[in-house]
Amino acid sequence: MSTNVVTFTIDGVEVKSAPDKTIIQAADDAGIYIPRLCYLKDLPPGGHCRVCTVKVNGRPVNSCTYPVAEGIVVENDTEELNSFRRNIIEMLFVEGNHFCPSCEVAGKCELQALAYRLGLLTPQMPYLYAQKELDATHPDVYLDRNRCVLCGRCVRASIHLDKKNVFGFENRGINMRISVNSNDGLKDTDLTKDDKAMSVCPTGCLVVKRQGYLTPVGKRLYDKKPIGSEIETKTVKS
Amino acid sequence: MSTKTTGRKIVINPVTRVEGHGKVTILLDEKGNVQQTRFHIIEFRGFERFVQGRFYWEAPTIVQRLCGICPVSHHLCAAKATDVIVGAKTLTPTAEKMRRLMHYGQTLQSHALHFFHLCSPDLLFGFDAPVEQRNVIGVIKADPETAKKAVLLRKYGQEIIKATAGKKVHGTGAIPGGINKNLSIEERDVFLKDIDTILEWSIEAMELCKKIVKEKLEFFLKFGAFDSNHLSIVRKDGCLDLYDGLLRAKTADGKIIFDMVKPEDYLDYIAEEVRPWSYMKFPFIRSLGKEKGWYRVGPLARINNCDFIDTPLAEKERQELMSLTGGKPINASMAYHWTRMIEMLHSAEKIKDLLNDPDLQGTNLITQGTKQKRGVAWIEAPRGTLFHHYEINDNDQIVLANLIVSTTNNNEPMNQVVNVLAKDYLQGKSEITEGLLNTIEVGIRAYDPCLSCATHALGQMPLQVQIMNHEGKVVNELIRG
Repeated sequence: MSTNVVTFTIDGVEVKSAPDKTIIQAADDAGIYIPRLCYLKDLPPGGHCRVCTVKVNGRPVNSCTYPVAEGIVVENDTEELNSFRRNIIEMLFVEGNHFCPSCEVAGKCELQALAYRLGLLTPQMPYLYAQKELDATHPDVYLDRNRCVLCGRCVRASIHLDKKNVFGFENRGINMRISVNSNDGLKDTDLTKDDKAMSVCPTGCLVVKRQGYLTPVGKRLYDKKPIGSEIETKTVKS
Repeated sequence: MSTKTTGRKIVINPVTRVEGHGKVTILLDEKGNVQQTRFHIIEFRGFERFVQGRFYWEAPTIVQRLCGICPVSHHLCAAKATDVIVGAKTLTPTAEKMRRLMHYGQTLQSHALHFFHLCSPDLLFGFDAPVEQRNVIGVIKADPETAKKAVLLRKYGQEIIKATAGKKVHGTGAIPGGINKNLSIEERDVFLKDIDTILEWSIEAMELCKKIVKEKLEFFLKFGAFDSNHLSIVRKDGCLDLYDGLLRAKTADGKIIFDMVKPEDYLDYIAEEVRPWSYMKFPFIRSLGKEKGWYRVGPLARINNCDFIDTPLAEKERQELMSLTGGKPINASMAYHWTRMIEMLHSAEKIKDLLNDPDLQGTNLITQGTKQKRGVAWIEAPRGTLFHHYEINDNDQIVLANLIVSTTNNNEPMNQVVNVLAKDYLQGKSEITEGLLNTIEVGIRAYDPCLSCATHALGQMPLQVQIMNHEGKVVNELIRG
């Protein structure tokens, strides 16, 4: 056997992968969808959200950070794991202030799409109704912390793709929030609407202004197919 | 305890077969004379506050959520106000016609809903018919063919809304400066296939309404009648226009109070009064003051105010109706039904015209210009003139929103109709029957109020009527539902 290929299983399906891949990368290549929120293909993994948790040989791990290995047995699409994922998504919904009916990214929001995919139609946990700030100071973009899920994609994209340092985290635990590299809000940062950071937000937190509702209902990203179907419809690599 | 000798307070709570939740209180003195009547709106909307801090392009999608029956009106009115904000003085033909198609689709379905589902039980079976018959199920049992047409009329309008707004309820089609889609050939052909049937059914509905009214013409012209001013928008040439125009107000006998008023000047002409017993404000014409300045809006006011209608079938019906008063405004509450059916017919005619217009397949959808900080617009919603007014800051956030909703404009007229009917039908009666109470509701229903602009429980709301003495003690109670 070539040393450049490892073989393992995901939910009983044999997967072959280069040895330097993470489980989620190998799964994507094999056309197997592992739900995820903070992971994005072009960014280094953050390991923040835990939505991509799988079990490797019975132990829960982040599939976005855990490397593949010969012979490992990966569990992904199980009721137990999907239940954990549903709980995470539910907590994100009740901790934030997400009003999908009127949100301008409804239909292309990954949080909303994950909720639908995982069967979360109404949160059972109590809403926190936390006071969160909306930063509208920038002429071209806004940052609505009501919809932030602290995935950190914007933080990583600004650093690694834009070579800037616009975003960061501040505070800890329930008080954690996304911060910007300025005392006076986004207007005093070097963020532009064309930055890569502006295209990575999974929700309606970091949004280009004056573009809302341009795509009609029925033609939005997740109107017809659930999130993950773009991976599942890929040809499985042999 | 006897109910014959003590003063009484009659409460109709909630009023049924209307959109939303309201109640009526009627205070009778010891002799049974009507002392005071009130139509209370006891639901609270907070949308003017909800949108503060949100972005102006979100307004058409957020604000429409205050209603589940006519969200298109709020969606379009907010979009029109944001057109002003983005400096879109004239929309592209495709955008304007798609919005108009959406609006006529809504007017068609809303008027069909009101006439057939909400009011026809009263009109077909009588105001005091048995409760178990006096509902839409009773209509289905008595005349299944008409009921089926009523449902399909609504469906057609709802499908038009879906094709233009993206969804049947709470779509996102209208955006600042235009629309986000056109009408495909395939979508158009689906509607064209059925439009002649829809027109035919609209004519049948018109004839049914006229037949009912003409059989008791004198009664209907007198029932709940009272003089009022009339307010609506009209096209620059005086034509009926439900989507856009300038504001006109007439007195009860047809004298112009003001005419050709632009949206941005509305505050110079209209003011609102707050009364402590209702969540709904009382608008009035400034120049006439609170006492004399209140007015009717909606189909009756629109037909009274316009000089003509630009679709032939509806215009013929308008002329027939106006011939009853020699062209003077009609001040009978029940004439709302007749005028509503004229507008339904007009909407069907307009839909047919638009479906045959190739502009709907255009691809130029959005216009923009110089941004403004203030946007005011109006539209003729099915229930009457609707005002939206927004102001924004430098960051594109809404800092002020003022909505004068159609039903709000009809607040005082609905209070008047309760008063008139209480005096005509309840005064001096020792026993208040369910049928008599429904008579009051029939008067309110003529105005097709959308009380909460949010909920609708067709014929399923419980009705609780309590008769109390001076001390507020319940001496008689009637519960329905």
